[in-house]
Amino acid sequence: MQSMTPKEVSERSGLRVNPCKTCQPVGAMYAALGVHACMPHSHGSQGCCSYHRTYLTRHFKEPAIASSSSFTEGASVFGGGSNLKASVKNIFDIYNPDIIAVHTTCLSETIGDDLKSFIQDTPIPDGKYVVHTNTPSYVGSHVTGYANMISGFIKYLSVKTGVSNGKVALIPGFINPGDMREIKKIAKLMNVPFTMLPDTSGVMDAPMTGTYNMYPKGGTTIPDIIGLGDCKKSIGFGEFATTLGLEDLRNKCKVPFVSLPLPIGIANTDAYVMALQEIGASEVPYELEEERGQLVDVILDAHPYFDNKTVAIYGDPDTVLGIAALVLEMGMHPKYLVTGTPGDAFMTRGKELMAQYGIEDAVIKSTADLFEMHQWIKNDKVDLMIGGTHGKTVARAEDIPLVRAGFPVLDRYVHSYIPIVGYRGALALVEKIANALMDRQDRDCADEDLEMVM
Amino acid sequence: MDAKGRVLDKYNARVYKNRKEHVLVKATGDQPQVIAANTRVIPGIMTHRGCCYAGCKGVVLAPIKDVAVITHGPIGCGFYSWGTRRNKARPGEDGKNFVEYCLSTDMQEADIVFGGEKKLRQAIKETVEIFDPGMIMVCSTCPVGLIGDDIHAIAAEAEELYNRPVMAFSCEGYKGVSQSGGHHIANNGLIKRVLGTGSGTRIKHAINILGEYNIGGDGWEIGRILKKCGYHVVSVMTGDGSYKEMQEAHTAELNIVQCHRSINYIAEMLKTKFGTDWIKVNFVGAESTAQSLRDMALYFGDQELIDRTEEVIAEEMEEVAADMEYYRTRLKGKTAALYVGGSRAHHYQLLLQDFGIDTILAGYEFAHRDDYEGRDLTEEIKEDADSKNIESITVSPDPDKYHLRLTPEQFEELKTKIPLDTYPGMIRDMKDGAVIVDDLNHFETEEFLKLLKPDIFFSGIKDKYVAQKGGTLSRQLHSYDYSGPYAGFKGAVNFGRDVTMGIYTPAWGFVTPPWKHTPTLVGTYGGDF
Repeated sequence: MQSMTPKEVSERSGLRVNPCKTCQPVGAMYAALGVHACMPHSHGSQGCCSYHRTYLTRHFKEPAIASSSSFTEGASVFGGGSNLKASVKNIFDIYNPDIIAVHTTCLSETIGDDLKSFIQDTPIPDGKYVVHTNTPSYVGSHVTGYANMISGFIKYLSVKTGVSNGKVALIPGFINPGDMREIKKIAKLMNVPFTMLPDTSGVMDAPMTGTYNMYPKGGTTIPDIIGLGDCKKSIGFGEFATTLGLEDLRNKCKVPFVSLPLPIGIANTDAYVMALQEIGASEVPYELEEERGQLVDVILDAHPYFDNKTVAIYGDPDTVLGIAALVLEMGMHPKYLVTGTPGDAFMTRGKELMAQYGIEDAVIKSTADLFEMHQWIKNDKVDLMIGGTHGKTVARAEDIPLVRAGFPVLDRYVHSYIPIVGYRGALALVEKIANALMDRQDRDCADEDLEMVM
Repeated sequence: MDAKGRVLDKYNARVYKNRKEHVLVKATGDQPQVIAANTRVIPGIMTHRGCCYAGCKGVVLAPIKDVAVITHGPIGCGFYSWGTRRNKARPGEDGKNFVEYCLSTDMQEADIVFGGEKKLRQAIKETVEIFDPGMIMVCSTCPVGLIGDDIHAIAAEAEELYNRPVMAFSCEGYKGVSQSGGHHIANNGLIKRVLGTGSGTRIKHAINILGEYNIGGDGWEIGRILKKCGYHVVSVMTGDGSYKEMQEAHTAELNIVQCHRSINYIAEMLKTKFGTDWIKVNFVGAESTAQSLRDMALYFGDQELIDRTEEVIAEEMEEVAADMEYYRTRLKGKTAALYVGGSRAHHYQLLLQDFGIDTILAGYEFAHRDDYEGRDLTEEIKEDADSKNIESITVSPDPDKYHLRLTPEQFEELKTKIPLDTYPGMIRDMKDGAVIVDDLNHFETEEFLKLLKPDIFFSGIKDKYVAQKGGTLSRQLHSYDYSGPYAGFKGAVNFGRDVTMGIYTPAWGFVTPPWKHTPTLVGTYGGDF
């Protein structure tokens, strides 16, 4: 397994091996699926759309609908204006969504298609909407595309009427519907009215009913997106995925914002709860205090199994930083933090976090890949890996237990339902980590050392 | 109105005009039925088709385990085609297995603006330094063709510099109308530079297996059976494939073609270049496997081989007989709809027949008309603007390696007995009244499933959960839902087991909650206290 990966690390400037990121459009597609009755539309060759739908479906085990402009060579030469016009007509005729959310691809970006004017020239049925964002695949990563699509919705739709709706705007990072539910649950417990954009809960975790519904119940509604402009404050979870949306809402509608980390771990969730407390001027209910207390209780109970265990965490920047915060709280030792997404903020935030716990030897790198991480591990092994499916070859090659978290998880079920955010989410992740480490101890120890009580 | 009319009736005029040519209801008559295929998708229609890159790199080239395939483009294309197609491979003699790796130039904005040639050169250099592969292939993605990076010149230069073959494939996603164009481009490259370039001489009872991608280990199971019969497998194109083995492709006496859609070009070009005959085989289904083995033996006409083949068939059939019979009792009378590939929607109908399952709807994703109507079409396929964009190459007989095994008389005689240089179309094997749909899209999938109510829908991941949410079991025929092998005798049993468990899994019984059938209010009758 991965036997051609040499131990010696060599500097690479041309070759990416085993990436830890993918391209913008898939993120845009995911964000668009978090809007109710929305058809994500990929403006490019149909292969992109096919790959993205496939990937999202493999992660969520749910239908991921999206249409494509189906460029041919001719459209690539003469521009995709007529393809978009035909697409919009056919989509409304056949699939009848409330809104079409167009994102671009490297193809349409390279030929310079002007989506804004294309959309202006396209007849749109009354009461329906077409919005767009630019998602060149050669910039950023899928996280950037997710952020850009949120920005597209806000720029096209959100309006400030001047009358506050008393709500807080919640902008989640690139997380699972289960996580989005947990973030909403906490806001409800804190009695703070909110609109969440995007909200893939009820869409990408829709129940089995025996009837297929192209547009399931979930997703942010268009009136709610319009109403974001009248929110009194916005909270973004995860700097990489949400800063753009927060800034757009401030710039367009003067909504002040708080940028928080993804609420993974105790302190990050505390920060969210306290932000809500300040906005809602409300007391933290016992129910949340109880959840928090239970989480701290469990971590304390099981600390001998976590103490100083070394971890490699890889995936999307906001998620990796969040998980790093949690494992630090557990007394573990993050050794490698890896994301393929570019951005120096990853290193800055990672170092700040490590400094809080006096850890000096962690290697933290953005624009990195799993091949490189594997080489580091070959030189200096870790006790545990946490991240998506693509790390499984490394885990197998080096015989390291792997806890799956983040995106994409293609080879397991249920992950998209069980949160890793909030106190409850942390509890679920703590259980997974504990089980992975303790199962390994049970597997590796001598017969006479197999403990009945742990 | 028939099923076709009821579904298509909901389209606007322009879409209707196009789609009506791609849908037909099987009716046996004097004239063979004609279907439109391999034409461009209407923008906005939710097609399941992929692109040229997916067909070239994803399908044909990626399974070659000892070649470092570098995707030249932004990261997505390489990432999505990494480890997702289940083309299994074990390291070969040189210990290398690139199937586990994803190599890409991960182009950034500056590379698009100023050109990506420098980065590609550097990526090839690093590939050589880190992996030292015997052969390198470069596949381009959409923007590469648009900005005009000359990947062929860079490949030629690198070949000189690093003293090993470096091939380039211009398989930009926008070329052609589906992944089929990419198969063709990959095949052209292989025939030009790899196939039959070795120095070996003809080997008795040696064969190449064409169009077998070893999904779920199918190729290994087929290989096991063929070796048991006494064949020598020179190379497999391309599942668990090796370029070194493919270089010796000319040493085979016969080429057998499994997925004809993706590879019939190579079969034809190998015939022209080396004189090697090809026959259509189908190792999906126990009966089909037995038939294919018999056809192969008959081609060679060697009594010992014919006898051995019958022994193997008897032995293998006996081994699976009890299981096949059991699953047949569980599945007989069920109905199926299939939407997959350019060959599988036909192959799997024959496997389903082994279990007594009727196919009531079938369609191909990226087939051409011959896949529906048979290779011996009544009229020639007209080239359109899109198909003209895919290079068509001609090869000529190799002066040293060309060899005809059969005399023209023998050839003609055998052609009446076995599928020599030909394959039948899917339409021929379907029952009257069955619906055939080319490029079955999301809307038509939903509508036909509601209308025809098959017990099982065999398709891919994008529509799997659409069917299942609607209450119809769906199993993937691209990836076998991570099971397999499905080929050969034992594979047929695996398939029977998987379909049976899908139909009978207890959770289907819980879809509707009990309270939906129970009155909400419990009252008493007659005024009891």
